[in-house]
Amino acid sequence: MVQFQPGPSIRCHENINVELLLTLTESNGAVISERKHCLHLAQSRYASKYAQPVKVRKLGSLIMRDTTQTRIVGTPVLRKEGFGKVTGGARYIDDIALHDMWHGATVRSRIARGTIKGIHFGGGIAWDEFVIVTASDIPGTNRIALIIDNDQPVLAEKQINHPEEPVVLLAHPDKARLHEAVAAVEIDCDPLPAVFTIEESERQQTIVWGNDNVIKRFQIEKGDVDSMWQRAAHIVSGEYRTGAQEHLYIENNGVIADWSDTDGLTIQGSMQCPFYVHRALLRIFDLPADKVRVIQTETGGAFGGKEDYPSIIASHAGLLAKKAGHPVKMIYDRMEDMAATTKRHPSRTRYRAAVDPDGRLLAMDIQIDLDGGAYATVSPTVLSRATIHSFGPYFCENIRVRSRAWATNLPPNGAFRGFGAPQTIFGIERHMDQIARAAGLSPEEVRRRNFLAQGKTTATGQVIRDPLDLPGMLDRALEVSGYRAKRARFARENAMSPASNSIRRGMGIASFMHGSGFTGSGERFLNSLVGLEADASGHVTVCASSTEFGQGTSTILSQIAAEALGLPYEDVSTAQPDTQHVPNSGPTVASRTAMIVGRLVDDAAHSLAGILREKNLLGKEYSAQEFRAACAAYAAKIGTLRSEARYQAPKDIFWDDAAYKGEAYPAFAWAVYVAEVAVDMRTYTAQVENFYALQEVGHVLHPVLAAGQIEGGVAQAIGYALYEKVVWKDGHMSNNQMTNYIIPTAADVPNIEVYFEETPCEHGPYGAKGLGELPHDGPAPAILNAIQDAIGVSFTSIPLLPEDIFMCVAQAQAPDALDTVASAERSE
Amino acid sequence: MNAAKIQFPEIRLKVNGAERRISVPPMKRLLDVLREDLGLTGTKEGCGEGECGSCSVLLDGMLVNSCLVPVLQANGCEVLTVEGLATNGKLADIQRKFLELGGTQCGICTPGMMMAAEYLLRQNPHPDLDAIREGLAGNLCRCTGYMRIIDAVKHSTQTPAPAAVSAPTDLAHQGNGK
Amino acid sequence: MRSNASEYEGVAPGSLDAVLALLAVEPGAWTPIAGGTELMVALGAGYLQQQKLVSLWGIGELRRIMASDEWLTIGAAATYTDIRRNAVIAMEFPLLARAASWTGTIANQNRGTLGGNIVNASPAADSPPVLLVYEAEIEVVSAQGTRRMPYSEFHLGYKRTVLQPQELVMAVYLPRGRRLKVEYLRKVGTRNAMAISKVALAGVGAMQSGNVQAIRIAAASLFEIPARLPATEAELLGHALTSDRIQAARKVLLQEVRPIDDIRSTASYRAYVAANLLEEFLQQMAASDAATGPSETISRNNRQLRTPDASNR
Repeated sequence: MVQFQPGPSIRCHENINVELLLTLTESNGAVISERKHCLHLAQSRYASKYAQPVKVRKLGSLIMRDTTQTRIVGTPVLRKEGFGKVTGGARYIDDIALHDMWHGATVRSRIARGTIKGIHFGGGIAWDEFVIVTASDIPGTNRIALIIDNDQPVLAEKQINHPEEPVVLLAHPDKARLHEAVAAVEIDCDPLPAVFTIEESERQQTIVWGNDNVIKRFQIEKGDVDSMWQRAAHIVSGEYRTGAQEHLYIENNGVIADWSDTDGLTIQGSMQCPFYVHRALLRIFDLPADKVRVIQTETGGAFGGKEDYPSIIASHAGLLAKKAGHPVKMIYDRMEDMAATTKRHPSRTRYRAAVDPDGRLLAMDIQIDLDGGAYATVSPTVLSRATIHSFGPYFCENIRVRSRAWATNLPPNGAFRGFGAPQTIFGIERHMDQIARAAGLSPEEVRRRNFLAQGKTTATGQVIRDPLDLPGMLDRALEVSGYRAKRARFARENAMSPASNSIRRGMGIASFMHGSGFTGSGERFLNSLVGLEADASGHVTVCASSTEFGQGTSTILSQIAAEALGLPYEDVSTAQPDTQHVPNSGPTVASRTAMIVGRLVDDAAHSLAGILREKNLLGKEYSAQEFRAACAAYAAKIGTLRSEARYQAPKDIFWDDAAYKGEAYPAFAWAVYVAEVAVDMRTYTAQVENFYALQEVGHVLHPVLAAGQIEGGVAQAIGYALYEKVVWKDGHMSNNQMTNYIIPTAADVPNIEVYFEETPCEHGPYGAKGLGELPHDGPAPAILNAIQDAIGVSFTSIPLLPEDIFMCVAQAQAPDALDTVASAERSE
Repeated sequence: MNAAKIQFPEIRLKVNGAERRISVPPMKRLLDVLREDLGLTGTKEGCGEGECGSCSVLLDGMLVNSCLVPVLQANGCEVLTVEGLATNGKLADIQRKFLELGGTQCGICTPGMMMAAEYLLRQNPHPDLDAIREGLAGNLCRCTGYMRIIDAVKHSTQTPAPAAVSAPTDLAHQGNGK
Repeated sequence: MRSNASEYEGVAPGSLDAVLALLAVEPGAWTPIAGGTELMVALGAGYLQQQKLVSLWGIGELRRIMASDEWLTIGAAATYTDIRRNAVIAMEFPLLARAASWTGTIANQNRGTLGGNIVNASPAADSPPVLLVYEAEIEVVSAQGTRRMPYSEFHLGYKRTVLQPQELVMAVYLPRGRRLKVEYLRKVGTRNAMAISKVALAGVGAMQSGNVQAIRIAAASLFEIPARLPATEAELLGHALTSDRIQAARKVLLQEVRPIDDIRSTASYRAYVAANLLEEFLQQMAASDAATGPSETISRNNRQLRTPDASNR
């Protein structure tokens, strides 16, 4: 237990700064260490709870608030499904086998675009032992239904639109026989011209989608942008690019399909959204809702890569199971998963900013172009989020954003943590540093002068209603990172001669936000429903389709229910997401689970207690023991004890889909990140040495899970910035092996320090907002800002590899040396 | 199924303290033997190329990627998998620390990661940060960013050698409804 | 898993003689498999053409590391962990211990063997440049007997060696007592661990009276085989290490090397970084001239080089 001394409390407007001096002592009182820790809490109905001294607790190396206000929420309870994960007992889809199960595999196109002339089955294979499925075997519609658009076939029939497009499915009882059979199927195609980049698509010489290759477009107009250019003291333009990124969840995609003529289709597998899969399968198999059942099994990582893709693999396995008359398991191996499944949308953003003499934004003209790949999938919504996050946490009265998602002949891109925001936040946060330089300001000062604040409006016309202290967050981020002292030291060290010191160091900042929940009216459309059931012993089960894939869904929903009901954490659990047994609480995406679904769980819990009270089985205050007795009585006298809660759109959140204006999100999480980067000028490698992530998230429901989300997101974004490059060859990912697609190892990640601040949000349970995607938004621009600080070069494209740094630096340093290399190659 | 089943030479292994005998193709990967023939699905396949470490086991006390070991070369050897870490229903310290300190999120890298941690702690009971990073560098995690894993290892001690166990015991579960 | 394991034969005769006899019976029919860290990747990916494998694992006489007065003998089946743990190697051939420590991962090092790595003949392998600067010799064996040669003669071209189908690598020999004052090794990979090298430079040398008395430089990924840089060495041998000389040596290196563009990196990056590493090595050489005292080993995998490390870690 760590004892603390509370420092002076400062009231500033409505904000409370609590400064803690943490003293870690031995049991005999000897002081081991001391450090300062800041908690910043905004006054609201929760603030009075924090007015008294706040205890902190050390768990391992994490220091967290030891809450006395709530028993379970806010405490580091053990992960609900954690025991199985550490014993090896947790069963992922490939650990499961059904009786008489066969195995399935996919024959995929090798070319990017063409018309299919025929399919040939080569010699040397006992084809009569195999079940073969093509598009003609599809009972319903040959389309994968996603959110809106229906342009992607389950199996290609007449035309190929991307490499790895599925054409033929095979099943066999012996998994070992499949690979050879897949290799023996020849898809005969007449190639057609293809496009592989945003530039090639926007030339519109080769039309590969719709009339003009544009999958979706948006436009935002706020104020009068065009009138501002003459008034500007500085006009700053920039173009920024981000590359594709592979999710690389360590568990590949996999499902098992089981077909019965009486019961229909049952799918179990690795996925984020069982009801998305369910909806897609209804159309493909032409079945009523009660004849399709989708069950999520323990899922080994997702990050958005299992949001839309599982509908495809499930439909494939289902078709094979139906035809084979046996359950069919389909598990991708790593090479197939990397090559064939969705990736993050590559982007190109163009910023043009008019700035006044004080560095304040007068106008911004922003162009966003995303590469959607061959089919629409979730591109419209990715583009939407990219658009709304493209102007950053800044106030500007005149903003124009024109955004487009382009079709190319790459495998379709899809959801990936951040969902468009990492792409445009990269643009705006790199651009702010260029604006700073043009205006003669420091990166921190230009941000400070432009931050949004309570009462100001965003580009969509959303008024910031909650207290917001971005300047204070910036100050605290700079303080905890030692920003000023380090920059001074680095300036001295960087100036040393290269012979004595070949390392250049720099610090970089990114400030940003991430909207929690679906954009605009999306949550209304989802109309989420959550149920709670209590059995006769008083054990409570949370029934929701929200899935656990490491982020902590099962834990936080159980915490919330247990807290609300006054029960021990052990008395609550979550039901396995099974479309036959749980209501549709919406997809597990968009950082919505804590705020939207958690709130519904809280509501349903209060309803449950209310039902017991109505029947006079429970008093206003009660003990866990009394609760159990009440449940037993209810079960005996009345029946199953069940409550429900359905999403109610907040009355003050309005979004106009047609005009693309209004409250884009009910709440934003806000952040300021600081990267400390070293560039080795001998090898041109950039390495993050320390990283400081400070964010305001409403309320931390579980300190260890929350810190884990930030750390994991930061590490993934460091990969996005410096390591992860998809190498394309004619639309095919040629580095589709882990040895050639590089993510950081434990020896590469820096020390990541996480700081939480809380401005409780009225929409979320206990004030919680979403935080799952936030940490992937900020690191990349912070890192490239730090590199610019270190070596004075503005890199505008990620992934930024040593070879890219080399080309730029060596060119500047010694152009003749490059000529020497070039001539050596030529003389061979 | 094949009508005539080929008889493969017998392989003998001691897995988590229990003697096992199987007749499998000699070049079958140890990973597949563990998962398919011995029913021990705790060890996972993440890449099949020895890069992710989720198939890590201890073979005669040495950390190996079981996707790269032909079972022929494990003949007569002792294998320790994640299922063998806990003894008599009691979690090993490394398992408890992973659970308490957030070392596991989605859990798919956890078995291999804990085997790597166990191996490290056996070589070096008090590893410093650099040693922990090196010891875990062959195990990829996409969820945690490694911070909580490093913390769990920093606060762990190695698993004491188990008394002879005839078969993995059923371990009591914390209820989660699954 | 893209192969059918039941289509592969695997035998473990258990002794060197039995293995050699099998290889002699039908040269090329059986493929030796040591730790399997290369061949099993091919099996998993579905492109292991050789379907009959003979295991070298567990054959003691192939795995021994022994020291005589003149030579340190490393059995071909010694694993990288064996090499890392060997006290004589740590003391007298520290560059090899370092190269072993950043070959693959710890799990790979527990299984990967020096012989297997050499026979796989990737120009990017970590140990071969070290063996070259240490002037190693290599011995191959068959049922007919042994032949021994300088390791520099073992590689013929890209993934081609002198090894005949009925032969195995028996051992690598490192000459003792020839340690030069300055030793240098630096690997540049895609990340700090578990990385195939983009380029690596090994160097040993000594100064006398202000001139380079001895110098040997070898590299990974600058040619189609692991190789010395004789032209660069010639530019330096016998000369003072002035800044002009160092710049001249850089130019000679840039003209001497033959790197390629591949999935991991580019030719110009590799060449230019190699020139930078050369410069770093030569700066260490120049600094060592002034100082007296024991040998200095400077080595780093990816991260910044720290100050010269006088201890033989």
